[in-house]
Amino acid sequence: MRWFWYASPQTFFPLAGTIGRVAAVLATALALAGLYVGFFVAPTDAQQGEAYRIIFIHVPAAWMSMFLYVVMAFWAAIGLAMNTRLSAMMARALAPTGALFTFIALWTGSLWGRPTWGTWWVWDARLTSELILLFLYLGFMALQAAIDERRRADRAGAVLAIVGVVNIPIIYYSVQWWNTLHQGASVSFARAPSMAAAMFTGMLLMALAFWMYSIAVAMGRVRCLIVEEGQ
Amino acid sequence: MILEAARTLVARDLRLALRQKSDVGTALLFFVIVASLFPLGIGAEPDRLRSIAPGVIWVSALLSTLLSLRRLFEGDYADGTLEQILLGAAPLPVAVAAKTAAHWLVAGLPLVLIAPLIALQYDVAASLYGVLALSLLLGTPVLSIIGAIGAALTLGLRGGGVLLALLVLPLYVPVLVMGAGAVETAAAGLDPAGQLLLLAALLIVAAVFAPWAIATALRISSE
Repeated sequence: MRWFWYASPQTFFPLAGTIGRVAAVLATALALAGLYVGFFVAPTDAQQGEAYRIIFIHVPAAWMSMFLYVVMAFWAAIGLAMNTRLSAMMARALAPTGALFTFIALWTGSLWGRPTWGTWWVWDARLTSELILLFLYLGFMALQAAIDERRRADRAGAVLAIVGVVNIPIIYYSVQWWNTLHQGASVSFARAPSMAAAMFTGMLLMALAFWMYSIAVAMGRVRCLIVEEGQ
Repeated sequence: MILEAARTLVARDLRLALRQKSDVGTALLFFVIVASLFPLGIGAEPDRLRSIAPGVIWVSALLSTLLSLRRLFEGDYADGTLEQILLGAAPLPVAVAAKTAAHWLVAGLPLVLIAPLIALQYDVAASLYGVLALSLLLGTPVLSIIGAIGAALTLGLRGGGVLLALLVLPLYVPVLVMGAGAVETAAAGLDPAGQLLLLAALLIVAAVFAPWAIATALRISSE
């Protein structure tokens, strides 16, 4: 296997187009299947009624938001260590999608919280760390946007992403600990004891659909970046 | 030789800070003013003040540190000293660690010393002053160290100050949680050793690993 054959932007450009198209088709199909299962097959929740159905968007978005930060930091680190342009472009291309999913997770969580808890926002550990994750994404994007010179922007962003990825577990656990200290709003996050199989299938399908969507969008963005840099 | 270089850098930065006392004073004054604004905004009932005091003092310390971070490399970058440090014989991580230590001595240590005064204004029990000062003593160096990464990354950028805040403040969350938490735990009559030990752990981890990140960031920024 010639692993580095596709590390060059020129050779990757057509491949990115193919991967992007395939991922887009898969994303559409999986999303349709996932939404069908979510809306028509999955039973109504005994406690939460129909409002729970937002988890088919919410939970996959939250998963992707965390996963994409790690992927982004991985490509950024590779780009910093091996000085490969394409890796830096991948990191740059993934950041807006990650931020989008973080925002969707917060937004849908808020929409779910209103009927279920009676409030748009609680300072729960997960909500708070998700909010800080959004700040980390925005900081990464703002830093890259503030630096005109591409190479410097990518390398500076890479350092920030690595520092961020080291900090995320620390932030998560400190926020969780903080939350147990301040037990103000006593909201139980315990999920229904046994999730119906259809619910889980729907969630899994939607997670795969979001994953494919991320790949499709990132590939499209990488192609734009390659053209932009005139390679 | 390495220690010599570090000592020289610390002494130089301290001397520069002493020659421009207003810079040091401004950040300290900022700390006091921010902490004084909260009672005006929230109301001055002693019970409420006592309960918000740890958080207010810690958030003020965060903001004050942030304000002084710009000075860390900006002056040296403008007059070319930074290039000499980059070219110098001393390893860059050691040099930036020395500069960060000097920054803490100038910007962090005064906060630790003046915090009991703010605590007095907030009617915090005198028995908590020790925990408050200790938490700040362990926490403010972490603020300087993490902040130095952000300062190095945003070196010479337009709008760098606001950007620096955006980059650094989310990373300050664990320090804020542990620092304010230690004081609150002590106020509740419990042993704050856990939070203080975690703060010490954060300090050790940051002090060991961050100099490399700062050095890398400086090399990137000054190419």
